Amino acid sequence: MAISTSTPQDGAPGTAPPAGTGTGGDGQRRRTLLHRLDVRGAPYAFVAPFFVVFAAFSFYPLIYTSWISLHRVELSTLNLMEWVGFDNYTALWDDERFWNALLNTFTIGVLSTVPQLLMALGLAHMLNYRLRGSTFFRVAALTPYATSVGAAALVFTMLFERDFGMINWMLSLFGVDNIDWENNKWAAQTAISSIVIWRWTGYNALLYLAAMQAIPRDRYEAAAIDGASRWQQFLKVTVPGIRSTIVFTIVLSTIGATQLFGEPLIFGQGPNGITGGADNQYQTLGLLLYEEGWKNYQMGRAATVAWAMFLLLIVVFIVQRVVKRVLARKA
Amino acid sequence: MYKFRRKLRTRVVAAVSAVSALGLVVGCGGSSDGGTGGGKKDGKVTITMGLFGVMGFKETGLLDKYMKENPNVVIKADVAGDEQTYYTALQTHLAAGSGLKDIQGIEIGRAKELSDTQKDKFVDLAGVAGTDHFLPWKQSQVTTADKKVIGLGTDIGPMAVCYRKDLFEQAGLPTDRDEVAKLWEGDWSKYVDAGKRFKQKSKDDKVAFMDSSSGLFNAMIYGNSQQFYDKEGELIYATNPVVKDAWKLASEAATSDLTAKLRQFQPGWDPGLANSTFASTVCPAWMLAHISEKAGPKNKGKWDVAKAPKGANWGGAFLGVMEKSPVKKEAQELVAWLTAPEQQAYIFKKLGNLPSSQTALEMPEVVNAKSDYFSGAPIGQIFAAAAQEIPDEQVLGRKDGTIKDIFSQGLTLIEAQNKSPKEAWETSDKRIEKAAG
Repeated sequence: MAISTSTPQDGAPGTAPPAGTGTGGDGQRRRTLLHRLDVRGAPYAFVAPFFVVFAAFSFYPLIYTSWISLHRVELSTLNLMEWVGFDNYTALWDDERFWNALLNTFTIGVLSTVPQLLMALGLAHMLNYRLRGSTFFRVAALTPYATSVGAAALVFTMLFERDFGMINWMLSLFGVDNIDWENNKWAAQTAISSIVIWRWTGYNALLYLAAMQAIPRDRYEAAAIDGASRWQQFLKVTVPGIRSTIVFTIVLSTIGATQLFGEPLIFGQGPNGITGGADNQYQTLGLLLYEEGWKNYQMGRAATVAWAMFLLLIVVFIVQRVVKRVLARKA
Repeated sequence: MYKFRRKLRTRVVAAVSAVSALGLVVGCGGSSDGGTGGGKKDGKVTITMGLFGVMGFKETGLLDKYMKENPNVVIKADVAGDEQTYYTALQTHLAAGSGLKDIQGIEIGRAKELSDTQKDKFVDLAGVAGTDHFLPWKQSQVTTADKKVIGLGTDIGPMAVCYRKDLFEQAGLPTDRDEVAKLWEGDWSKYVDAGKRFKQKSKDDKVAFMDSSSGLFNAMIYGNSQQFYDKEGELIYATNPVVKDAWKLASEAATSDLTAKLRQFQPGWDPGLANSTFASTVCPAWMLAHISEKAGPKNKGKWDVAKAPKGANWGGAFLGVMEKSPVKKEAQELVAWLTAPEQQAYIFKKLGNLPSSQTALEMPEVVNAKSDYFSGAPIGQIFAAAAQEIPDEQVLGRKDGTIKDIFSQGLTLIEAQNKSPKEAWETSDKRIEKAAG
């Protein structure tokens, strides 16, 4: 650059202009290049931090987990890895505990999600009326969500205690014999679901409430003029009006249900929590992973469960897409 | 493999720190040099300890006492409440080679695993001066095949039977501790027979004879030199007559409705103690503190302690010094002091953890110790006598703790879920194969 700018003085006049245009074109090209880099590249630079963190704390563990899952490794001797190929996966496929845990995850998921969302819908509908102290009720509905899983699960565990629990005491007033909540499969699953329901109903209700308040008032008026009852208004105006929010909460609750871990772990307490009851009657996939990794100290098998859960989510995702496409084509 | 991981990790760390240098991300600054936190500085020696549960050193002020006597020593002790959590962390630290303390506590159920797989990371304590006072079987639990000693013993858990005098009386059983001990002298099956008598005569059918069948199962197993493993480290639980007999008797107790269907140290057990839903429990020495606390002042004087049919040991711990420690010598001195007879006797007096030192067990303040809460029972004598009955050689296995838990769950299957003993055994067998295979 410095040489080319100094040349015009002693150089031939004929050679100067092309040199001049040359430098001008060079600078311009450089500038446009920088500009294009700025426009095209800057967004990547801005999102980079997230992806760097994602790579370090999500992607790398994901890949490393898959590597571990092909080995036999114990927690205490992580540097001694014995290659076993896909043995862990075939063993998991043949393991009845896996299918049991999968089924439990599904049943507890249904037991907790369905009543939770229905109750949230009803609660939101009621909160949507003009109430005295509506802010209080709205805040109150959200309080369980702000409680820690541990605290909530511990209190519920005491409530559901067999000999001296409050729930059995109340049932005894109606002449019902003590129920062994923890040792009975469906009782245990109901109890665990109740913890989930208690914690998440208010949260979902507020989401619904926000969506309901976005529905224009005149639709209700129009419906009322047409002679629709409150119930019909709810079904024909409110529910369609918040459809996208309902779908969103269903997706959220489903993800939450597949990851269910803390509640059953604390509900069982100690060794029984890890295995999800003496008969694995409420062991979820999350607990099975924990049992393999932190009770049996077999990291290879734990990693395999983690990957199985991941693959399962992918399968669910694909099925959902296919169903959606088929439905769209029919419509 | 390990190298590859290291490389990848440094790359990731480099990437993260590069970004953090740009001020966009706060990198994780927890770069550790793999030290133990201990060291020497300005003439002061810092020793770090990793402990669990109530081992008593911090709780009874022994550490403060040591620091007062040795003004140049600073001790930092981390106490984890739950041993399972503690052990998981210890394993991770051992594998990563960082995060370890100078001194680490070792629970008996983990002793074998550590002396098998991690002995190089522990200092050999065989030659430490003044440490020849332990019970022989206690020392053998942490001695490796090549005679290396990876830890010094703290407490032991010889077992007796704790029982409720008032509940025994209303069922027409004797209440005097010597007569009660005679009821089941020499044979655990007599304990179950006493339970059957209790059930027949008891006026309150809400009160069970014992809390859980797994307590009985454990007591029968822990009194033998071979339990779940043989000396070669092979699993023998399926053929070992000791295990078979214990399972048979425990499931008999479970199916004869002699138990309160509780699990020890699990929800329901504490309220059971407070509200008197069972009349007896098999209790190691360290359980007495728990019973007196949970059963509460209103049951004081109703409990008593009788000799168990056979001596058995449940629990106990060790202190080991890490090879990595920069203050190995000072840490060894501290461990030797903490496990010395005087200190063990002191903890026994304060908390009831029974000494693992033969010398301490013969000291008058231990031998003559009586428990007010348990009707003045001579607990020093009862438990020390039980400690002498335990075979000198005990074969521990790598997964002893896990196997014990699985059998306890197996008995719960019979007790609370109406499975047949055969079915429950098969389930447990399959689980042990998964857990220990």
